[in-house]
Amino acid sequence: MGLFILRRVGIMILTALCLTFVVFFMTNLYPNLEKLAKTQGNFRMSDEAVASWLEKGGYLQSTPKKYLEWVGLAPSYQHQAEDGTITGRCITPGMDPKDAPRFCGILQGYWGYSSVFKDEVSSIVATRLSLTAILMFWVMLVMVPSALILGVLAGMKEGSATDRTLSTVAITTTATPEYVSGVLFIAIFSSSAVGLKWFKGTATSAMDSPNLENFLLPVLTIALYGMGYIARMTRASMTEVMTAQYIRTARLKGVSFPKIVLKHALRNALIAPFTVIMLQFPWLLNGVVIVETLFNYKGFGWTLVQAAGNNDIELLLGVSVVSVLVVLITQLISDIGYVFLNPRIRIT
Amino acid sequence: MMNKLSQHDGPVLEIDKLSISFFTRLREIPAVMDFSVSVQPGEAVGLVGESGCGKSTVALGVMQDLGKNGRIVGGSIKFKGRDLAQMSPEELRDVRGNEIAMIYQEPMASLNPAMKIGRQLMEVPMIHEGVSEKVAYARALEVVTDVRLPDPERMLNSYPHQLSGGQQQRIVIAMALMSKPSLLILDEPTTALDVTVEAAVVELVRDLGKKYGTSMLFISHNLGLILETCDRLCVMYSGEAVERGSIADVFDEMQHPYTQALFRSIPLPGADKNAHPLVAIPGNFPLPHERPTGCNFGPRCDYFQSGRCDQGQIDMEDVAGNDRHATRCLRYKEIDWAAPIVVGEQKEKTKPGEVVLKIDNLKKYYEVAANALFGGGTKKVVKANETLSFEARESETLAIVGESGCGKSTFAKVLMGLETATEGEILLDGQNIEQTAIEARDTRTVSDVQMVFQNPFDTLNPSMTVGRQIIRALEIFDIGDSDQDRKQRMLELLDLVKLPRAFADRMPRQLSGGQKQRVGIARAFSGGARIVVADEPVSALDVSVQAAVTDLLMEIQRSEKTTLLFISHDLSIVRYLSDRVMVMYLGHVVELGDTDQVFSPPYHPYTEALLSAVPIADTSIEKEHIVLEGDIPSAMDPPSGCPFQTRCRWKSEVPGGLCDREVPPTRSLEPGHQIKCHLSDETLQRMQPVIKVAAE
Amino acid sequence: MDPLSWTGNIAFLDPLLFFALGLLALSVLVWIVLSAVLPENRAINVTGGSASLSSGPLVLAALAVKAAFLATSALVAVYLLLGIVMGTGAGIIGAMAQRLLPVWIALVLLFTLSILFKRKLGLYGKLFDSPIGMIGFALVMFWVFTGFFGAVDMIITHDPLAQLSGLKNKVPGTPLRSPEDGDFLWYLLGGDNLARDVFSRMVKGAWEVVKIAPLATVFAFMVGITLGLPAGYFGGKLDTFLSFLANLILAFPVILLFYLLVTPEIVQTGLPQFMAVVLFAFPLIFFFVLINARYRTQPQKNYLWLAVVLLPMLALYLMVVNAPGSKVDILPTALDRIDIPGGILVVFVSVVFVNSPTVFRIVRGLTMDIKTRDYVAAAQTRGERPWYIMLWEVLPNARGPLIVDFCLRIGYTTILLGTLGFFGLGLPPESPDWGSTINEGRKLLAIYLHPALPPAFALLSMVLGLNLLADGLREESLKD
Repeated sequence: MGLFILRRVGIMILTALCLTFVVFFMTNLYPNLEKLAKTQGNFRMSDEAVASWLEKGGYLQSTPKKYLEWVGLAPSYQHQAEDGTITGRCITPGMDPKDAPRFCGILQGYWGYSSVFKDEVSSIVATRLSLTAILMFWVMLVMVPSALILGVLAGMKEGSATDRTLSTVAITTTATPEYVSGVLFIAIFSSSAVGLKWFKGTATSAMDSPNLENFLLPVLTIALYGMGYIARMTRASMTEVMTAQYIRTARLKGVSFPKIVLKHALRNALIAPFTVIMLQFPWLLNGVVIVETLFNYKGFGWTLVQAAGNNDIELLLGVSVVSVLVVLITQLISDIGYVFLNPRIRIT
Repeated sequence: MMNKLSQHDGPVLEIDKLSISFFTRLREIPAVMDFSVSVQPGEAVGLVGESGCGKSTVALGVMQDLGKNGRIVGGSIKFKGRDLAQMSPEELRDVRGNEIAMIYQEPMASLNPAMKIGRQLMEVPMIHEGVSEKVAYARALEVVTDVRLPDPERMLNSYPHQLSGGQQQRIVIAMALMSKPSLLILDEPTTALDVTVEAAVVELVRDLGKKYGTSMLFISHNLGLILETCDRLCVMYSGEAVERGSIADVFDEMQHPYTQALFRSIPLPGADKNAHPLVAIPGNFPLPHERPTGCNFGPRCDYFQSGRCDQGQIDMEDVAGNDRHATRCLRYKEIDWAAPIVVGEQKEKTKPGEVVLKIDNLKKYYEVAANALFGGGTKKVVKANETLSFEARESETLAIVGESGCGKSTFAKVLMGLETATEGEILLDGQNIEQTAIEARDTRTVSDVQMVFQNPFDTLNPSMTVGRQIIRALEIFDIGDSDQDRKQRMLELLDLVKLPRAFADRMPRQLSGGQKQRVGIARAFSGGARIVVADEPVSALDVSVQAAVTDLLMEIQRSEKTTLLFISHDLSIVRYLSDRVMVMYLGHVVELGDTDQVFSPPYHPYTEALLSAVPIADTSIEKEHIVLEGDIPSAMDPPSGCPFQTRCRWKSEVPGGLCDREVPPTRSLEPGHQIKCHLSDETLQRMQPVIKVAAE
Repeated sequence: MDPLSWTGNIAFLDPLLFFALGLLALSVLVWIVLSAVLPENRAINVTGGSASLSSGPLVLAALAVKAAFLATSALVAVYLLLGIVMGTGAGIIGAMAQRLLPVWIALVLLFTLSILFKRKLGLYGKLFDSPIGMIGFALVMFWVFTGFFGAVDMIITHDPLAQLSGLKNKVPGTPLRSPEDGDFLWYLLGGDNLARDVFSRMVKGAWEVVKIAPLATVFAFMVGITLGLPAGYFGGKLDTFLSFLANLILAFPVILLFYLLVTPEIVQTGLPQFMAVVLFAFPLIFFFVLINARYRTQPQKNYLWLAVVLLPMLALYLMVVNAPGSKVDILPTALDRIDIPGGILVVFVSVVFVNSPTVFRIVRGLTMDIKTRDYVAAAQTRGERPWYIMLWEVLPNARGPLIVDFCLRIGYTTILLGTLGFFGLGLPPESPDWGSTINEGRKLLAIYLHPALPPAFALLSMVLGLNLLADGLREESLKD
């Protein structure tokens, strides 16, 4: 088991390196850098001025070298100006170049400086991530239990009235992406045109004090789309289990229907949805981005949009690293959890 | 607290004129019609018939578990005098598992994979008798010991996947016996098991039935098994019981043409492919919604009389003079049941020709990771084939016999070129092919060595017409100059396997199992194959179809002078059709010789056990009773020394623990007969024949 | 001109419709409650003699649901029919029903023909045995036809880009202030914040989806199949490598990928074009191998087929990939007959890129399952080459799950396109696609609902249709 986890972690690190390299490569393509130079310097810079600005920042080195510096595996670039002053990533203003550390990358905790928010990337990511974590916590709390209950109820008796109705509900919610359901919710519950005005159409105030009025709609919007998907998976898994021979064995042993469902079917039926829930993270992030934009909740997704939209390379890189890690860690948990849930493949 | 139904005199189970139908959107499909049978206390009743005859539906009907679409549309099922259909769900739940228990075909599928075996067993008395966990555990331990499983405590603490197939089936049996039911229903309980394991399970069931005094309803397609386990039997055909009576009456004084045809189509020890060929039942099993009026068996019956057998409903009639013997035949009194079989054309025994295939010292080892999921770690060597040596001649049938894991399929793969040999030689017409993978073989070699597969439902590509599949084989084998040519050749091949030419445009799903197998044979012979490997070609087919397909294979072999390598685990059919037999166990050839040599003593101890294990549907046969202990060891982890030593009953005859230490050498007993055993010549000479025909 | 009300002169039908809807909801509720409360019955009464399945309250409830549903559908049909006849006389609903007349005709034709010949049409025909599948198919085809006819300017009432004075944010049914001759006199679904006709934009938006989503899905399938088959069939190192790549892309948050890939700067670097060069080559590879494997033993037929199929595809490929003045400029300008705007190309490429790993995983799994079948072994033992086995023995037998996934995936692609539009990525800002329209509409959502809701419902119903269609297909293909 230890070996297995070790292997998975190894693969995870490799994947993380590959993915961050791709992100690094794409953000460091020349047109992006040119744009960066112009936004940082001024918009009427000549090509030469752009080149020298980039040279000074060390942006003109080869991409692998820059990547290693950024990760913190290679000594950081230092630029010696004609007047002899030395500037570099590691050298904060006012610091003597000789005292500066040689390595300053992600591994050393140096995440860079956001050009949009004028702040350390690490602190921005930390605050924004915690806001999103609150959102995700509530989303999970709403989504997972209701999806599982829905799926199990529907799958218990295939073709029954409950099954058909719940399946219709589930299929409709999977067909409603967040930007549609969010718009519908706002239209129905908060616009002055309908006049219900039960909830708020923005969640800005929820950043300080989340309550039902300002937080329900965003949570519901994300949860709804995922709920349908997980419910359908659970239903499929449940119907399959309910037709399995061992369920018939249990029935013909004289076990009552509720006990069959609870003792015999449930554990087997939940193995598949568990992995699904975990693997949904890359795409839950999608929902987070949409909903935070739609409801103006300034969390992690909103930061992503701001960073990408404003060509804030260092922040974008930081955001990417975090999101890639979140995705990979959930996948790791899913892999390990699957082994625990399923005795058939557990090592004895 | 025992909450069983009150004592009842009379039959435990009484099924009277039962009819069960399944309802689809389009129509009602009758699955069982007018079916009656009764089971007396302590009696074992067999229910025999081909697939689709409704025997499993009867069992589910008794359990009142017909699913959403199934309904009992007539008759009654009385258990201890009470009609099961009238019971409330609660009453029914009390009966299920408590009074009536069921054992199923696939042990793996019928155990909950995520629940420990102990829990699954303890559940039964806890539900029905409300006993405490402790009592239930003690009971489970007791029953698991009763089903002769080693280390019962460890068993109870395992998950189903940690057990072998034979052990799982014993657990299922234990589960059925947990509440000491009055009636046990066994639905093909041994089909998924190997022959020697099957024999042990059957013996167990028989013994436990006696010990617990349980009545049994034993469902099987195998007449031999029914003979070994039951007191009475009921033969079913197409949803109806056609004959019912005691084993002796039905086996020896059958009164229904279907029963007779069934017995004539199975290879009993007297049958011989040349002198006494099997008589196949003509035609096909009718589909449920296409049953004829009058007698269902009419269209396939030799004694059919139009105007009489095809009119109205035919009822069961008691046969006078016998004990509870009844038949559903209008003409049973007119038919001369003692008339000898009209023997089909007798064929000359073909003379084996030149040696075509020579295998010399062939070895095939695999390296596998010790743990498939987590990879890495230690690698294990699986010795799938160990020093295989034999020759096969033109027009000869060589049977390769063995149970799962014996290496017969690996050998087929190496011969076909899907794998290459680790060591040794395969000579085809004197040329080495053991290291030539199939891509590197020339067209001639590939078309010379072809294969017929086991599972008829898998052997044809479901999304290509039958004709197209044969034509593709012709294209690949470079036969015919134009599409026209190949089409013509394809139609001739259909003629060869006796299928109508119209089948060329059919999709495989429109064909029955036997027809698909014929197409498979046509495809194998399309390139003029000289060596055909038939991997259990009829084992998945119904008894009545088996004979026809076997005969077809023999006939083509005779005309094409093909060398047939017939892989099988069924010794009856092997004795019937093969010239020579090779017995394999865990990758080793343990015995090789003429059919007569192998089937008469001296045997290899494994051959002896195998012969004893095969059920024979003949009351005049006396078998020596040999039951092998335990399961077949895994090829991943074979025993030291002789591969068979863990289960051998003769092991004590060999001094000095030789069997534990050394693999026995191959030795020749007489010309052409070799065995791999440490037993001395004297001991071997002492062996008695396993199968004896009792004096009339 | 007077503003139009929703139902105009047929408003008398409204209470009836509400009543029918209420009945439907009630009957469904009763049905659920009954099915949960009543036990399943096992035997049927022999004396009754009828060969029907169960009877009793549950059947009655199911009948009631059916009846209420039929009544509701019939009422909706009446609305539409009256609308077609009366046009604006039947209010906004009527006017829209009349504008959509070509779609209705096409739908009726398609369904009549399909139902007439359903026994000869294989899986497609069987779809018409499943009510769910039929509803889904009708929804999908509604938008497909709307897209087609909208593309040739048939259904739309106004130019989707024209801004008419005085109609900014006006409610549905607002008449034009100063109509010219031949102008349609109302904004049926109102005007958006730039005073453009919402109805016409929604219809035009359908075309944006219909022209990109299915094609992008086809390409994703080509890539997924061409890589998934060998990965599943050969296994080993190749499989490990390809699966790693697929997992890499799958672990990438889609939205991040879009933000990185779909920017004008990236288009400048030519990266999308290089990706197109690779991704669009897969159909060529696929068909080359497909034909070559089939006719390997008959060289002449082989060359003929290869030439007939591959040459046009190659030409098309070059024309699509080539763009004058960009990094990929290999064809002479005279020959480059197809020009795809960089924005559209990058959207297309990234959607294909995001979808193909999932297809790859499905194909790989199916292949690993099917390759253990005896007919594959039979093909191997007669010396077939691996690619023949993969493409002609394995792939046709994996078609069921793949077709189902294809439908689902078009839906998913539609959602992705909407997401791109929602973030204003790739497509031009004035584009009428549903995502962009929703994005524009949401900004004033607190006050004006009508610009955002029609595209939202359009997208919802189309994806719902695709999901229902997939469900119906799955159900029917399992019945074999």
